Amino acid sequence: MDFGFSEEQELLRATARKFFENECPSPFVRKMMEAAEGTTPEFWGKLAEQGWLGLIFPEAYGGVGLGFVDLVVLMEEMGRVVMPGPYFSTVLLGGLTLLEAGSEAQKKQWLPKIAAGETRATLALTEPNVRWDAAGVTATAAAAGGGFTLSGAKLFVPDAHVADLLIVAARSGSGAGGAGGTGSDDGVSLFLVPRGSPGVEVTLLPTMDQTRKLCEVKLVGVRVPAGALLGDLGQGWPALGRVLERATVALCAEMCGGAQRVLEMTTEYAKIRVAFGKPIGAYQAVKHRAADMLVEVENAKSITYYAAWEVDENAPEAALAVSMAKAYVSDAYRRVAGAGIQLHGGIGFTWEHDLHLYFKRAKSSEFTFGDATHHRERVAQLINL
Amino acid sequence: MNLRLTPEQESFRDEVRAWLGRNMPRGWSARLAASSDIPRPEAYDLLRDWQRKLHAAGFIGLTWPKEYGGRGLTFVEEMVLAEEMALAKAPPVLNILGVGMAGPTIIAYGTEDQKKRYPPKILSADEIWCQGYSEPNAGSDLASLQTRAVRDGDYYVINGQKVWTSLAHVADWMMLLARTDPDVPRHKGITYFLLDMHLPGVTVKPLRQLTGDAEFNEVFFDNVRVHESQVLGGVNNGWAVGLTTLMYERLALGFGLQVRLRIALAGLIEMARRMESAGRAVTRDPVMRQKIAQLWIDTECLKLTGARAITRLLKGELPGPEASAGKMGWVDTHQRLQELAMEIQGPYAQLMTGSERAVEGGLWQHTFLRSRANSIEGGTTEIQRNIIGERVLGLPKG
Repeated sequence: MDFGFSEEQELLRATARKFFENECPSPFVRKMMEAAEGTTPEFWGKLAEQGWLGLIFPEAYGGVGLGFVDLVVLMEEMGRVVMPGPYFSTVLLGGLTLLEAGSEAQKKQWLPKIAAGETRATLALTEPNVRWDAAGVTATAAAAGGGFTLSGAKLFVPDAHVADLLIVAARSGSGAGGAGGTGSDDGVSLFLVPRGSPGVEVTLLPTMDQTRKLCEVKLVGVRVPAGALLGDLGQGWPALGRVLERATVALCAEMCGGAQRVLEMTTEYAKIRVAFGKPIGAYQAVKHRAADMLVEVENAKSITYYAAWEVDENAPEAALAVSMAKAYVSDAYRRVAGAGIQLHGGIGFTWEHDLHLYFKRAKSSEFTFGDATHHRERVAQLINL
Repeated sequence: MNLRLTPEQESFRDEVRAWLGRNMPRGWSARLAASSDIPRPEAYDLLRDWQRKLHAAGFIGLTWPKEYGGRGLTFVEEMVLAEEMALAKAPPVLNILGVGMAGPTIIAYGTEDQKKRYPPKILSADEIWCQGYSEPNAGSDLASLQTRAVRDGDYYVINGQKVWTSLAHVADWMMLLARTDPDVPRHKGITYFLLDMHLPGVTVKPLRQLTGDAEFNEVFFDNVRVHESQVLGGVNNGWAVGLTTLMYERLALGFGLQVRLRIALAGLIEMARRMESAGRAVTRDPVMRQKIAQLWIDTECLKLTGARAITRLLKGELPGPEASAGKMGWVDTHQRLQELAMEIQGPYAQLMTGSERAVEGGLWQHTFLRSRANSIEGGTTEIQRNIIGERVLGLPKG
């Protein structure tokens, strides 16, 4: 049993830390918060050069062929600097869905372009009903003229405004001529839709976490050819389920990285900030809260690493591990970020200090792929409560 | 990262599982559903027998060297054993302080004679150990302890008092911290003794706890003469030796605590299925489902954080922040679990053993009350937070 990282993984961590410290410092993050695109072509190109846009794609598709435990290391480092831009949407949502559901030809066509930084993609899954299960998919895909016509509204779609390619989940019927039900896992299909397609209306939403851009996507009679179908008709949900599990683990890792950084910032501050003649870290009111933060951060890492391993192994316990991780890490990051602001006092409440970037990222991450309450109920189901 | 067991470890697990299947004491499964703590007086004989059986089968002291009665295995096997014990809902052992603390400390600091003499009898339960640290005026501030050991020829003469001493009334030996030099800074004048509890001048007076049980004691020393060969780790070196004991407490004892926690959680879930609230099973109540799921998650986190600490140990690193987090996490989770057990019972939570209407014979009432000690014993939660803050995060002392 080895519940640690390999030398190669530690090297990846060191490389990534140095890279992000140089390329993604706070001034860059803040500039990107103001910019609709959320990234620059130069920065995106560098991510591609590092091989990180294709880290988990097989080499046959232009990737590096590494696993989820490797990805966890990279995501932690991205979370540490609250990295802005469409990495998560392109690699973990768009890219991973292509990998899980796409035909050989579709994978060969798109994944190398994603890995090379030429194509950005995202997943248009959730709708105003904000459900994370198959029943939440109510957008429709009607067979028409050898292809399909897509209609519906998608909400909270990350980076749709800069994605070249949207992967849209819609109800299509089972493929056997049925209507495809309305709530079952059966009948959900996935379609590749170029963002510029007629009838696709993308609106960038003003969000609390400006480092992560969210959009509303309206599909008004969008016509796509038969070749736009990803996987088998009506059979998209199992692949989506796997994508969501994996993306959730990656998100948890990013959250762990952010929480760790908040703990470090807070500890450093508590050592130098003097009140009543002593560094505030000498007072137990401060010290004990910092200790509680450490306990939560360490547990968050443990459960996330475990989930990454389970997902990498396609183990039967993966679903439970992922939900345990998301439930724990959602609460932990929110609480740690909140405590970080509190222990900094007034300076922690300023726009100038970076703490609010973490606090807001914790909040947006909390609600992505289901919050702690959602995942605790899933845990309850999975342990047959 | 590789969370799989090796083929050898797999076969060790099979061996443990098969043995437990044949040898679990009858009638204990149901009683332990609620129990998650150290032995209660009425169970001492049973738990001593249980430890002897475990010892005969070679399932205790796994990480201790073979020449001192152990099996020379790693913490991975210890973890596998703990996992299987939890699954089988196995009872704890009687000599929990000897196995968890005294033995490893003697192996770390003892002379060859001491290492040959004590550890094997700790494992076999032939000699039960207690821990003589706390005094009426030295609890969290342990270094202020006042029990004196004064040199007299080849002997030390001990005078003073210990308190909150669990199992002292059945113990044959004590890990004793006493002051040998009052004229140096207080951490530097303390010596660690292996004290025979049957010596003249040792008096044990039981203290009744808020549970009603008398599981801990006051221990008085009146001119107790201890031979110098009973010093462990050198005169005036007791502080370092004592801290080692506490480190082992957090590591080795941690496995046992985890087992008891998981057994308690399984018992709580079974109870929740049977109990009703507002006309439906407690497990159908969305709020209770949330609370139970959170306990499940927290229990898994403890296990996994412990597994990360083991990985560090196996790689030859010192236990890092993961180990420090363990005790605090366990205390918090266990106390919440016991609170939830009461909440599940509702008004029935008021009924103690003796009432036919008490849920599960009133066992949970006892474990609930006992759990209040968890955040005090073995270093209060407040002291644990100081340790994490100062030694892990590097914050200044107050």
